Parts: sequence; C-alpha cells; structure tokens
Amino acid sequence: MSYDIAIIGGGIMGCATALRLAEGGMHPIVLDQGDLGQGASGVNAGTLSLQIKRVQLMPYALRGHDLWAQMGDAVGFHKSGGYTLAFNAREAELLTERQTLKAEAGAPIEFVSNAQLRRAAPNLTQNVVAASYCAEDGYANSSLTGQYYRGRLQDAGIAYRTHSPVTAIDKTTAFELATPQGTVRAKRLLLAAGAWLKPVAAMLGVDLPVQARVNTVSVTERMPPLMSSVIGHATGLLTMKQKANGTVLIGGGWQGRGTPQDGRGTVASDTLRPNLALAQYAVPSLGSARVLRSWTGFEANVPDFYPLAGALPHVAGAYVLGCVRGGYTIGPYISRLMGDFILGQEPELPLFDPGRAYTKEPT
Amino acid sequence: MSGDYDVAIVGAGPAGGNAALAAAQHGLRVLLLDEQPAAGGQVWRAKSSAILAAPATEESTAGTSLRNRLAQSSVTHLSGARVWQMSQDDGWKLEVLQGGSSETYTAKKLVLATGAREYVQPVPGWTTPGVIGLAGATALFKQNLRAPGQRTVVCGTGPLVFYVASEIRRLGGTVAAVITPNARMDWACATPALLHRPALLARGALWVADLKLAGVPIYWQHAVTGVDGDTEVTAVEFAPLSHDWTPEASRVVIRADSLCLGNGLIPQIEAAQMLGVPLTHDAHLGGWVPRAAPDGVTDVAGLYLCGDGAGIRGAEAAVHQGTLTGLRIAADMGFDTSTARDSSRALWARAARFGRAMTALSIPRAGLARLSKDDTVVCRCEGITKAGITQEITHGAGSCNAVKSGLRAGMGPCGGKFCQTAVAQIICTETGQDVAQVAPPTARPPLCPVPLDAAAGAFDYHALPIPKPAPL
Repeated sequence: MSYDIAIIGGGIMGCATALRLAEGGMHPIVLDQGDLGQGASGVNAGTLSLQIKRVQLMPYALRGHDLWAQMGDAVGFHKSGGYTLAFNAREAELLTERQTLKAEAGAPIEFVSNAQLRRAAPNLTQNVVAASYCAEDGYANSSLTGQYYRGRLQDAGIAYRTHSPVTAIDKTTAFELATPQGTVRAKRLLLAAGAWLKPVAAMLGVDLPVQARVNTVSVTERMPPLMSSVIGHATGLLTMKQKANGTVLIGGGWQGRGTPQDGRGTVASDTLRPNLALAQYAVPSLGSARVLRSWTGFEANVPDFYPLAGALPHVAGAYVLGCVRGGYTIGPYISRLMGDFILGQEPELPLFDPGRAYTKEPT
Repeated sequence: MSGDYDVAIVGAGPAGGNAALAAAQHGLRVLLLDEQPAAGGQVWRAKSSAILAAPATEESTAGTSLRNRLAQSSVTHLSGARVWQMSQDDGWKLEVLQGGSSETYTAKKLVLATGAREYVQPVPGWTTPGVIGLAGATALFKQNLRAPGQRTVVCGTGPLVFYVASEIRRLGGTVAAVITPNARMDWACATPALLHRPALLARGALWVADLKLAGVPIYWQHAVTGVDGDTEVTAVEFAPLSHDWTPEASRVVIRADSLCLGNGLIPQIEAAQMLGVPLTHDAHLGGWVPRAAPDGVTDVAGLYLCGDGAGIRGAEAAVHQGTLTGLRIAADMGFDTSTARDSSRALWARAARFGRAMTALSIPRAGLARLSKDDTVVCRCEGITKAGITQEITHGAGSCNAVKSGLRAGMGPCGGKFCQTAVAQIICTETGQDVAQVAPPTARPPLCPVPLDAAAGAFDYHALPIPKPAPL
C-alpha cells in the first residue's frame, strides 16, 4: 500500500496537518517513534497566552487561539484571561515595551492598575510593580493532546502507527521509510518530528540547524482556589495556572538537561528551584503546596527562533514543519497552512521557508 | 551544600544498612538516608519509641543488631530524611527533605536500596477503611504492636499471609480466616528451595501449626472477591479459584471488621528508572527490575543497586547483597576486598535462590485480573475505575504512558505506585500483549511529594538567577 504522504511525527503538527490533507482528499499516514502527542505537544505547560507570543507570530497565534477554543473541552480548553507581572522597575520597563508591541500586533493586551489586579487576583504578592492583562489568554491540558488527535485521526480514517521509529529513508520515485513494522511507501514526505527533526532530516542528507531547549514543568497537588487566571512574568520565565481540579501547573522555560538524541531530558534542581521560587514569590500561599511531579519537554528551535514551515531544501516532494516558538498555541493553525501548501493551495498567511538564511528576521 | 561523602546510600533496610557498614569498615565516609525514624527498613522496622518494651522476635532482634552496629560505626545516618531529587555531575548530588526543609548532599558513589512495595489486586470494596495491605499490616505489628482489628481476614500469596495471620494471633487479635490463592501444590513445588533453609521452613511450619491448632480455617486456592461495608469493613466475600486464579461462581461470606490483602511484593524502581538504569521484566523477581549485577554494579557509572529494589529476593539475600555492594564500592575506590566479596557472593546466591522461590509463589496468573470488576476503582488518587481504563485502551491507548496522559491514572499524589501494575495488567488483557511488553510509565521526580517552599528553599528575589528573556 502506498500513501500520498507519510508524516514523521505524531504531535500536533503532524496530526493536524494530516487532518487538513485528508480534508483535501489525500491519504496520509502518521508515524511516531512513541505514542501520539507524547513529545512537546503533550508535556508542555499548556499555556495559551498572547502575552508570550513573538510579535511577528501574533497573527498566527490569534488564529491559533480560535482553533483551541473550538476544540474546547476535549483538550481541556479554558479562556481564563492572563496577567503578566513585573516585580521591579527594570521588569516594568520590559513589560511596557514588550506588551505595547504585542498589543500593536493585534493582541488585546491592556495595562492594569494594582487596585484592579488585587481585586481580580487577591492571592498575588503585594510586590507587583506593573501588570498587563489579556482577556484572550488561557490554557488547555496538553496531556490530552495524544488522546484528542488519536480520536480525530480515527474519525477521519487516517492511518497512524505508534512505536514506529523511522530508521532509514530511501528516495527513488517515491519515499520508502524503514520502520520496525516494515517499509512504508509514500509519494510525499512531511517531517514533523519536533526536537528530533535534525536526525530525521539527516536521513535525507539535509542538515537542519535545529537545536532543542529542555523546558521544565512542575505540578502541585490539588489546592484550594489560589488563582483564576494564567499568571506570567515580564521576562516570560514564569507561567502558572490552576486547573479546575485544583492542581497548579508551573512552567516558564527553565532549562533541564539532556538531548533529544539521548531520548530523554532530566529535571535539574539548580533550575527547578528558582522556577519554584519565582512561582512562590508571585503567589506566596503556594509555598505550602506539595510538588507532585516535575518533567521536561524538548522545544525545538532554529537560530532565528522562527518556524520551519515549507518545502525541505534539495529534496523534491519533502516538506518540514516545526520549530514554532509558541508551537502549542500556533500548531493547529500553522498545520492548516502547511496542509494547504502541500495541497497546492495558497496559504492564508505566509509560511516560513526552511531554506532561508537564519541570520536575519524573515520577511 | 552539606558535606561531601564517598558514598550516599538511599534506604537503611537490610541491604542499605549492610552496604553502609561494609563501606564504612574500609574507612569510606558513608551517608545513609532513610525516611523512617530508625534503620531497619520494612522487614526489620523498629518499634515506636512510645512503646517501652516488647517481646523480641526474629525481626526485632535482627533490626536491633543492625541499628546497634550502625550506631557504633562511622556511618552518618540521617533518619526521617526523604531524597526527592538526584543528579550526577562529577559526583552525585542529592536533595534531601528533612524536618520540613531541604538540604543538598554530595557523594562520589550512590547506592539505591529502595526496597519493595506491595501489589494489591483491586477488588470491589478494597478502598473501604479497615482494608490494609498484607505488608502494610506488618508495619503495624512491628512499630505499634497492634493488630489491624478485632476480627481479621488475612488474604494473600506466598509466606507473608501465614506470617501476618500468626502475628495477629500473637498480638491478641482473632483471625477469621486465612485465604490464599496458592494451592498446597504450589508449596510442594517450592519445597526443594525450602529444604535448603530448614530454619525458615520450620518457622513457616510453626505459623501454620499455630493457625491449625487455633482452628483458624485456611482456604487454599481461594481469593477475596469483595468487601462489604460503607465506612468500615463488615464482611469479606471470597471464592475458590481455578488453576489460573479465575474466581469461580460460588461465594462465601465471612463476618470481619478488617482485611489484610496483598499479592506479593514489587521492587521500588522509580529512583533507578529516573537515573537511566535499563529495566528488564522478570516475574520471578517481582516484575520490572532495574538491571544490576549481584555486586550492585549498574550501567550508570557510580550507581549501585542492592536489595529488593533490584529484584525481590527477600531480607537475607538483601543482607548479603548489601554487604557485597559495600565491598564492591570499597574495591572501586582502591581497597582490596576480593576475598570478602567471594564469600558474600556465595551467601547471596544461596539466599537469592530461596528468595526467588518465595517470590514465584506470588507471580500473578491470568485470572487474577478478573477479581477487579468494571466499577472497581483502580487508581485511588484520581478515582478511576477499571471500566474507564479499559475504554481508554480500546480507544487506542496502548501503553501505561498513554493511559496516564489521557486519564490521569498515575498523576495523583502516589505517582502511580498503587495503580500502574493493575493498569499494565488491563492493557495486557485488552491488547493481548505480554506483561513483559508493557513498560511502566516514565518516572518523574520528585521521588516523593515535596512542599514547594522546601524545594524552592530560602531565596532573595533579586538574587534569583533569571536568564535573559525570550526573543521578542
């Protein structure tokens, strides 16, 4: 059996693109080395915040938010609003500068007074110097990514194989992918392997300058209500939200250790501790919560921190999608654009040429 | 940073305690960490300090001896200390929770002697107050000299069920019945191993004789199928089992106010798993075990494993493996311990053969899973039933990690310690995979729940090492 396209990587990017391609009449197959949605798609902190999106990616993030809202309960979506806090003058300056630019890019971000903030979030520290608010912000439950997309693929009749790492790729008239369960043949190929893009592209002789950050996330036991909105920090180094079940999820991109090639990242106490300290500083009563779990996820990026989304250089019929900063938020949307592109249609917003020089801002 | 040691040992039971003594005898600086108030582990657990005197038992004597030897040694023993995070750079760094705050300790070598926990097959009503684990009951006897209730049903596999029943009688409780899935024939098959340990065989025979004399009914090849009672146990229901431990239709109900229930021990592997020690499945050692040599050496440089945490072989094997591991570390740090290691290895091998035969009595058979009903809670922390888990699997979740992500089974305070064996069993039933193909879920730190303020430690906001912000 030959497929129209094989997609390596069963995260948000791979699955959502497969869904778009199937809508367009193609027969895709999704392959993942593990279970669906267990990489960055399934272990990130689930924050859907326009306040931490890059200015140039704001149009994508705004449309991404709409798609998450449509997915709704099935992915644990909550539009809670979100506050970003500054605790000193330097951070206040950073907050003002950054959030102003993001507001100009289309995010409905406003600056709020301390009085407003305390009314809305009484458990926050009194040490807030400045704060911004975005009513569009919220979160979803990233743990549900795999379950959600598995159901969507099944409903759409799209083939997928889990625990099926691709070990070699042969390009003749079509692509032949070697997996432990046998060879998969497809006319086209999409690389959507997240932090594993570099070794996957290398099987086609393409060197993608992909690196991985090792982001740490922690969760507490169930607590009485402490916060009803997403809480962030001017530097972006804290994201925090309390789920409906009372657990508090703490992220912010503090770096653990390990590489995707080793297969796993590990939590490092020298970064976990300041991450938790920052959370406790923002919400002092969090100090008594017990931390139940900390983990890491690999977030892929290229040197300019913009997406790889387009044709893979030098290999006809191959495409790549990944390295999207804010990829959880933007993933479902940019995957549609990618799907349209592969279907030969003009995407609604421009893609990001993987063949670009990575030294300057993309145009 | 609180002191640099040659060796840090997590767990002060028979294995960890003896590893500490053996390493300290060669002049190594040893840090022994254990969450309990006194050394001894589960098997040699000390009586509560509130109890002034208690009759000596084999376990209390062995425990007292270990505690005395540790007290007289150069070993630094931190009691009430929970290791919540471990990492390796040049050496090992441990974050240790003690008395509500966290301290960092460093050591060149690390020994995990984390012991075992027990598996309880979920049955209807197993979460009713008054139901406790079989091994859990032994903690009650040893530490508090208390029976679990007035009239107790004791149900489980292997020798533990007879030990628990006889201890309840010794402490003045009434045993309503002893129920074991094992048939007399299972014990007959284990006899060759038992014959090499006449003292243990005699002890076991004494337990059974005491129960017989007291007129306690022993139901071989039976299992508890349900527990009656709302806020406390009022009765226990049980049934005969087929050869593969499938419960047969007939039911017997017996009045009781408490139930001790257990299906054997499983190694506590999470610490080893987090540090990257490869796992293998061996039903004769309690299921998933981290790969380690008899002298504790693992694939991870500077990391050693000993005792039941490396495979259930029992207390005596743990003693010798602990000693062997301590001696091996001394050798790795430049001391000649080869003669002593040879004799420890021989003693370990003999004890391990016996331990393995005892563990084999608890290997779950296919029918055991049928004791859990659709509406039986499997994940206690999150209140998830067997039916919920079954549905998730039939919808395509084929691994423990996938079930955990989709349902939260294993995301509660216990971190999956109570439910993951049952989850794996349901995956096997639904997908036809062998239990050796269903890997346990990814282990996540901290090793135990840790208060956020203790983990964060004292800090000055302005001194937090905040990296430069993300690109705009």
